[in-house]
Amino acid sequence: MFNAHTRLADMITCNPTLVLLMPRLGISFGFGDKTVAEVCKTYGLPLDFVLLVCNLYTTGEPLPDEQGIASLDMRLLVPYLQASHRYYTEERLPHLQRHLAAVGERAGERCGAVLDRFFEGYKQDIADHFALEEQKIFPYLQSLEKGGSAKPSLSRHFSHNHTDLREKISDLLQILYKYIPSDAPVEELNELIFGLLQLSSDFERHALIEDHVMLPYIAYLERRQS
Amino acid sequence: MTKRIDILVAEPSEIIVEGLSSLLSKRSDYSLLAPLHDATILEERVRTLQPDLLLLNPTLLSHPEKLHLAAVQQAAPSMALVAVVYQYVEPSVLSLFPHTIDIREARNRIAAIVDEAVQDIRTHASEQEDYELSDRETQVLVLIAQGLSSKEIADRLCISIHTVNTHRKNITHKTGIRSVAGLAVYAMLHNLA
Repeated sequence: MFNAHTRLADMITCNPTLVLLMPRLGISFGFGDKTVAEVCKTYGLPLDFVLLVCNLYTTGEPLPDEQGIASLDMRLLVPYLQASHRYYTEERLPHLQRHLAAVGERAGERCGAVLDRFFEGYKQDIADHFALEEQKIFPYLQSLEKGGSAKPSLSRHFSHNHTDLREKISDLLQILYKYIPSDAPVEELNELIFGLLQLSSDFERHALIEDHVMLPYIAYLERRQS
Repeated sequence: MTKRIDILVAEPSEIIVEGLSSLLSKRSDYSLLAPLHDATILEERVRTLQPDLLLLNPTLLSHPEKLHLAAVQQAAPSMALVAVVYQYVEPSVLSLFPHTIDIREARNRIAAIVDEAVQDIRTHASEQEDYELSDRETQVLVLIAQGLSSKEIADRLCISIHTVNTHRKNITHKTGIRSVAGLAVYAMLHNLA
């Protein structure tokens, strides 16, 4: 488990996928030998929150309890989630779609069109999912923080369908492994497959943070109001 | 028609090989491969011929027997093993064989043991999973891909919704695909839609 005195470079050495979190947390490279506490001080970031996210992202633990949620400085939560959404929709998905198009191009017109339609549908699912969060959940959370009234029906209604987001990735992977014509370009296929696997595991961590940090935090704020 | 069973006998005594061959040749679905009298080329022979059944005298195995037998088995992983014994064989070696024929037993008892071993092979073969979609599953898949609900599919095919759900489960198991969109891609790539 990382603590305040762990050097940020050591954390990333231990779990290289943490590089993905740096821009989402607003940290730039070139932090030298600074510990995570020192880096957070430099950027004015809440240390406990940054540590929690980095640990969750690395080991899936610790899942904070009620007291932990109440004592965390959550000012970075919504900006962090929004930055993650932007990364998925503006960087990752277009990147993967380019590789998919290259695979489809060589796999024949019909196959290419089918794959493209599938991916467009998937992008739409993700856009709908994120839109619900950005337009309903985040504003609700922020209004609660400012003392707004609780509407528990809204957060309860917010059924988290993170499994769906990963289900289609898994389906696409199966299709790529098993049913794509054998003359599809190997390099593009590899890029696509590893990119999809990475996105899927990123989504899994993202869901962990939403389900075990964001939703309990909303529940905590609702209880505080009532 | 039942599948033909290829049997390889590896036994030093010619007279016992003759006896076993005569016994087994009465069965039209058993086919006897050229026998071996020592184990020097056993592994290679097994790898080339891929017999379904090996009748082997364990004393032919070189020490350590367990490793030698494992190598032979690896040459044809689905091959069944039957020990042929008439001398003392270490129990630890004998235990490596699921079936044992003692040559001194009655003729029909020996035939029965071979039949048991063959039965095991056939049961095992039918347990091996078939990942081809059945005609009915293909029909259901096409309707799922068209966006029909389980209820609509049940009505269309005049089957119960429970049966539709069983088909859905089998389709997912066989293709590895869960989502409707994914199944639609499968249908298109297989020219079903």
